[in-house]
Amino acid sequence: MQQAEFLNIVTPFKDKLFRMAKRLLVSTEEAEDATQEILLKLWTKSNAISSYKNVEAFAMTMTKNFCLDRLKSKQASNLKLVHSNYTDDNSSLQKQVEASDSVLWVQRIMEELPEQQKMVLQLRDVEQYDLDEISEMLEMKPTAVRVALSRARKIVREKLLEKHSYGIR
Amino acid sequence: MELDNIEKLIEKYFEAATTVAEEETLKEYFSQESVAPHLEQYAPMFQYFASAKKERFTKQVPLTSEVTKVKKNRYGWYSAAAAVAICAGLYFNQPTAIEDEYSPEEIAAAQEALALLGDNFNKGTHQFSHLNEFEKNTTRFIQKN
Repeated sequence: MQQAEFLNIVTPFKDKLFRMAKRLLVSTEEAEDATQEILLKLWTKSNAISSYKNVEAFAMTMTKNFCLDRLKSKQASNLKLVHSNYTDDNSSLQKQVEASDSVLWVQRIMEELPEQQKMVLQLRDVEQYDLDEISEMLEMKPTAVRVALSRARKIVREKLLEKHSYGIR
Repeated sequence: MELDNIEKLIEKYFEAATTVAEEETLKEYFSQESVAPHLEQYAPMFQYFASAKKERFTKQVPLTSEVTKVKKNRYGWYSAAAAVAICAGLYFNQPTAIEDEYSPEEIAAAQEALALLGDNFNKGTHQFSHLNEFEKNTTRFIQKN
């Protein structure tokens, strides 16, 4: 497979992989490294790519597993401590978001969610995948995805209300 | 009327029963300026999801070109081929036994001839014992000096 051909396949979803990695790893640098790693792994398997039914879902599953492994490893847990208090101001997203503080709160609330709910919410509400696709990517049952999604949305709502009425009630 | 619809959708949304299209309408509704006051609390969620999607992966991935990959593979095959060639060489170059090449009579004749040659060689070596005598005398002469 030629490089150009590979890039054509990968380009439509590489941003999605990156956002998923960032959702899980929090730091932009770590997420960039993770995405690079996943793309290189895909490239080394590029001859087999045509045999995969859904390359995008496959890549997303790879990203999920890779990031969860990173989080499990001791090294990453050390880094996580550093990065939870760390906001990088070079990302344009951060700047857009600064204007409205409560929008930023949603991001912080999402950081506190358990990994599974985090991933489901990311894939559904940010990337707008079908529930079936999400269940394939996360290797979960569709009903479990639905339950996790509903729970995650409700938690975000609850926490958001808590922040809004903080000190009032 | 639209507000009614939005309220219903929000209810469905938190039960995770909305479709992607319906969630799109919600996002559109909350991205506009005028949001009904009792629904304002949900606006940050949808606004955040919309903005989170704008982030891009900008890092370049250093893909090694196909050519080097093929080359690497070929080196692998070269080493395999070399190993096979060496094994074949060892197998085919095994020294053949003399008994296979010559008949017993020929071998016996050759042995006799070689024995004869050896005997005659030994005759010649007797002459060299005189040289030893010469050596002794010369060393004595050198030591005297």
